[in-house]
Amino acid sequence: MPSKSEKDLYTGQATTGHEWDGIEELNTPLPRWWLWVLYATIAWSVVYFILYPAIPGWSGYTKGVLGYSSRVEIEEKIAAARAAQGKFRDGIRDSSLSEIRTDDRLLRFALAGGKAAFADNCAPCHGVGGTGNPGGYPSLADDDWLWGGGLAEIHATIRHGVRTEDDDARVSEMPAFGGEEDAQLTPEQIGDVAEFVLSLGKRATDGAAAARGAPLYKEHCASCHGETGQGDREQGAPRLSDAIWLRDGSKAGIVAQITRPNMGAMPAWRTRLDAETIKMLAVYVHALGGGE
Amino acid sequence: MSPDGSATVHDYGDDADVRSVREQKADARAGAAAPARPLNLYARRVQVYPRKVRGRFRSLKWAALLGLLGLYYILPWVRWDRGPGAPDQAVLVDLNHERGYFFFIEIWPQEVYYLTGILVLAAVGLFLATSLAGRVWCGYACPQTVWTDLFMWVERQIEGDRSARIRLDKQPLSAGKVGRKTAKHAAWLAIAFLTGGAWIMYFVDAPTVVGDFFTGAASETTYFFVGLFTATTYLLAGMAREQVCTYMCPWPRFQAAMLDEDSLVVTYNRYRGEPRGPIRKGETRNRTGGDAGHCIDCKQCVAVCPTGIDIRDGLQLECIGCGLCVDSCNEIMAKVGLPPNLIAFDTERRMAQQAAKQPLTYRLIRPRTVLYFFLMLGVAGLMVFALATRDDRSVNVLHDRTLFVRLSSGAIQNSYDVKVLNKARTARRFDLTVEGLPGAKIVLVGRSTEPAARVVVSAPPDGLGEYRLHVRAPAAGVTGEETKIRFVVTGEDGGTAVRETTFRGPKAQSR
Ligand code: SF4
Ligand code: SF4
Repeated sequence: MPSKSEKDLYTGQATTGHEWDGIEELNTPLPRWWLWVLYATIAWSVVYFILYPAIPGWSGYTKGVLGYSSRVEIEEKIAAARAAQGKFRDGIRDSSLSEIRTDDRLLRFALAGGKAAFADNCAPCHGVGGTGNPGGYPSLADDDWLWGGGLAEIHATIRHGVRTEDDDARVSEMPAFGGEEDAQLTPEQIGDVAEFVLSLGKRATDGAAAARGAPLYKEHCASCHGETGQGDREQGAPRLSDAIWLRDGSKAGIVAQITRPNMGAMPAWRTRLDAETIKMLAVYVHALGGGE
Repeated sequence: MSPDGSATVHDYGDDADVRSVREQKADARAGAAAPARPLNLYARRVQVYPRKVRGRFRSLKWAALLGLLGLYYILPWVRWDRGPGAPDQAVLVDLNHERGYFFFIEIWPQEVYYLTGILVLAAVGLFLATSLAGRVWCGYACPQTVWTDLFMWVERQIEGDRSARIRLDKQPLSAGKVGRKTAKHAAWLAIAFLTGGAWIMYFVDAPTVVGDFFTGAASETTYFFVGLFTATTYLLAGMAREQVCTYMCPWPRFQAAMLDEDSLVVTYNRYRGEPRGPIRKGETRNRTGGDAGHCIDCKQCVAVCPTGIDIRDGLQLECIGCGLCVDSCNEIMAKVGLPPNLIAFDTERRMAQQAAKQPLTYRLIRPRTVLYFFLMLGVAGLMVFALATRDDRSVNVLHDRTLFVRLSSGAIQNSYDVKVLNKARTARRFDLTVEGLPGAKIVLVGRSTEPAARVVVSAPPDGLGEYRLHVRAPAAGVTGEETKIRFVVTGEDGGTAVRETTFRGPKAQSR
């Protein structure tokens, strides 16, 4: 503590009374307004402590007399937002898919809602914007559909899923044609069939092999994939004659698929999402680029 | 009568000892220097007590005040019929609905460059006015000046003129003093509310907001901003006053750059006034004959100055060019029988010429005034042109995040979000086509799944039509990763709006 208070000779300012080798420390107090702001914030913090949740304890925290909780607030906000969306959600619920698509306001709401739901639920596999991912996650933005690209078909696929427990799920199974001792086709035959499949898309390199594969294809494959490789949506059998391949479209990839097929699955979303959200998803996916 | 028998012609009472703010601050610094405080550069604010004055410039200021406040107050009430569904307020910035209205002009948010144009015009206009006539803006038209003038008038009605106010402030607290002060601040707050608060009328329908305000039906935002502008008006015009002009406003700092020796500024005719000195009763002065100048050193020019400066010290940053000191000195000159305009609106050049007894010249046309004038003309011309050729439709296009999709036919597809802006007051239909890509066709989501070369879109009156669409083109026509294409909307009247964007395709080698 300063022992004595003196005025500095040169500036006329009070000193703290500290002096070292003739050097004095001037007393330069904080500006008054600054102190007042400090006191005001202290007073405010006391008020805040009383009104709002503040001090943590072992088994909780002081609740504050206002009973405020940020969790409750966000829930209220979500409820308010839902209420605001109410008339649109009702509209989505009461309209058919094609009615939604031709009503400008409902369409815009469904596209926005579908986009959000898609990003949360679908994008991890199908990619942002539905561009698909390698390894059997089909693109939803093109016009090549495994199970159909109309609004109703898309809606059904989302609702019931693919290869799930759901009674109405999209189910089909491609047999394994090779790999075992007693397999239906030998590796050579499989190679020939693969050459034929390539020829469907005008990509064959070995005409003779393709010719050998033709009868085998007709016997084993055409019932699902069609005589000309046009595919069959009833059974989720992909079209083989176009340039779009769900998996590896090279000869090696086709051989691997015939030998031991990989088949994708998709959850039945009706157990996870509400009916309106699924409708909005169907409209959104339909609008991604390939809707029929 | 002073002991030596001399007397000033007028007895100004307390006003006899008028000192400018500058002098008072210097005094304060000198007085506090015990023993010596050469380091302290801070001086407390000195309260200015401007005296009432009459004269040509005071009348001009009243006229400007009434005209400008009247315009400000009446403008929001002017109606302008824009048809059903549109606000009928002539001047309205409708932030809620993102539209600006000015009589027959309506702008959308993306046309806010009109505002830029107006601000540029205002700035150059200010430069021009300043180079011609000094700080006329500051002295007559600036809201700070107009409101301060109004508040000072109220103050004078309640607390009396300069000397009475000085006395009142020196008095110890009494019931009378508290009463007067309370009345003054109450009146100020009322005016601040009625005028500053009225700013809200430019942002929401005026008759509605006035009604809603007093029935408690207005929005929280409305109450907040009315409160804010009431408070700022009260603080700036009641308390801060000349401090705003001297310390807060950037304009005085660089306005000197617009002035030259041919700008009209408030000046003291030094050659005529000096040497100054009090006048004795019965004394007559004639500059050419006597040894004293025309300035009788009564300091009434200082007493009336709203910024508390002594114009006889020369042109100063604090001077707002209000001309009140001219009026004040002319009153004095008339009383002592000397020619008027010892302080006058005049140019540096003319003063020098007067001093040197040369013919007086005034140059209106100077490089800077010509430059400012043509700048204004150019900007105004640009704005009129932009307004005259303003499109009542436009189209905005946003490319999907997905670059492109190859369809089973091999065709390439890009997706876009398209907004058609209809600035007309009627709902309209437009044909939408795409140019620049051979064979390109459009699929409009929600309308059709069959591609077509031309699709029909519509937009509500004064609104947007929002669409999602796909553009398909045969792979053969897509020549690179990026092709420039144009979306064209064509109205039924044949007018078009165009937006260029890119169509993305695969790299050349992978095709
Ligand atoms: S300039 Fe005029 S008003 Fe100012 S002191 Fe001189 S005579 Fe008085
Ligand atoms: S010096 Fe004169 S013109 Fe300048 S602000 Fe003061 S009264 Fe007004």
